[in-house]
Amino acid sequence: MTPAPTRPVTGDPSAARPVLEAPDVGRALTRIAHEIVERNHGADDVVLLGIPTRGVTLARRLAERIASVEGTAVPVGSVDVTMYRDDLRLRGIRPLEETEIPPDGVDGRVVVLVDDVLFSGRTVRAALDALSDLGRPRAVQLAVLVDRGHRELPIRADYVGKNIPTSMGETVHVLLDETDGRDGVLLGPADVSRPTGEVAR
Amino acid sequence: MNRHLLSAADLSRDDAVLVLDTAEELAHLADRPIKKLPTLRGRTVVNLFFEDSTRTRTSFEVAAKRLSADVINFSAKGSSVSKGESLKDTALTLEAMGADAVVVRHSASGAPHRLAHWIRGSVVNAGDGTHEHPTQALLDAFTMRQRLGRVEGLHVAVVGDVLHSRVARSNVLLLHTLGADVTLVAPPTLLPVGVETWPCNVSFDLDAVLPKSDVVMMLRVQRERMYGGFFPTTREYARRYGVDGRRMALLPDDAIVMHPGPMNRGVEIAAEVADSVRSTIVEQVANGVSVRMAVLYLLLGGALTDVNEGAV
Repeated sequence: MTPAPTRPVTGDPSAARPVLEAPDVGRALTRIAHEIVERNHGADDVVLLGIPTRGVTLARRLAERIASVEGTAVPVGSVDVTMYRDDLRLRGIRPLEETEIPPDGVDGRVVVLVDDVLFSGRTVRAALDALSDLGRPRAVQLAVLVDRGHRELPIRADYVGKNIPTSMGETVHVLLDETDGRDGVLLGPADVSRPTGEVAR
Repeated sequence: MNRHLLSAADLSRDDAVLVLDTAEELAHLADRPIKKLPTLRGRTVVNLFFEDSTRTRTSFEVAAKRLSADVINFSAKGSSVSKGESLKDTALTLEAMGADAVVVRHSASGAPHRLAHWIRGSVVNAGDGTHEHPTQALLDAFTMRQRLGRVEGLHVAVVGDVLHSRVARSNVLLLHTLGADVTLVAPPTLLPVGVETWPCNVSFDLDAVLPKSDVVMMLRVQRERMYGGFFPTTREYARRYGVDGRRMALLPDDAIVMHPGPMNRGVEIAAEVADSVRSTIVEQVANGVSVRMAVLYLLLGGALTDVNEGAV
């Protein structure tokens, strides 16, 4: 019942190098916002659901951008996938994150799942299962800031901020102003900035 | 947190807050069309009840089922126990069937502790004799936090049959851990020996305690455990230690009245109090499911930790 142990810091923090700077993150999100509107012929039916924690922050930012483009307020929520993960028994217990579904629900709407990094695809698989217990969307799409490859399931993203080729040993850290004090994406040899062991995304 | 939940004292402050936070997220499940999570698929939870219970057993059963665990209900009546099987043999039978967790209620204080030494799975104490009932204390703390926004710093009066109450002991321990200030109010005959060593105050005067209480928790007068004259008459008990409309008026405006159930209306709690807006009795039952889901998830949801068994 102990929370997942802190992953030991094995790499040199200075070895993590930025692959996206703050303006790049902003431009990628603006482009994704436009793509969501274009693909769905407007944003009337769209609901953005972030996967905690950074996915929720990204979903809020996308909603702001869509609102400034279309003038439509897009509902934003969050979906915690912890209880649906397939690796619960491989690790210590994890505390739950918030699941918040917008008041109008997801039935018959286009749900865009939002996460920071797409890696094995297992988190997205869990999110799809969670979503099917929450309602029946008309369609589900996936938006990620970074796709780092190494998929273990047949899952792909509809909207990608940046494809970053990585090796399995490398780690990708998305930094966002709201949680980390600045925007950026770092590529490093091991986990250096996240204490919660979220490397295996 | 330990592998077992035997006593409210097993929980550190961080553990207790983790249970309450987890329960808060799980409480939203009740509003959803599909009230089920796949988390404990393939795990088996045995409800081993040697004492009569409706709400606790049902609550654990609903909690385990909402997490997709397989549930086996095992009550002493109609089982091999009525043929004289010992607790240990019963436990080993359940062990052989592959129980991952055993939720146990027993009339003997300490029975869950014994059980925990005999089986590999997790043991959850669902009430042992006059000793402890930790999940009740957790759901009470959860209810206080939900209604009043916090537990730390609250003044809680626990009133009535403390001597026979496992709810009182677990609540005193947990509320102390969470930083609340507890006062036991009871006739001297219904206070246990050694109560002065508990982390709480003791009073014999309910009217003096009520005006400064944020929470009044009424305890059931447990006649089935009373083999002597603990108070002269039920009427006298009700007059001195029961909460009625007049006493409820002594409470601060936002104070709540709790009762773990089942109630003796007209003895420790008057109907007008039990049915008032201050009463949290129905919420306590609903919160029981969320809190027990949280406990089962936190005990069974992660990796098996045989290595650091007993470690926090």
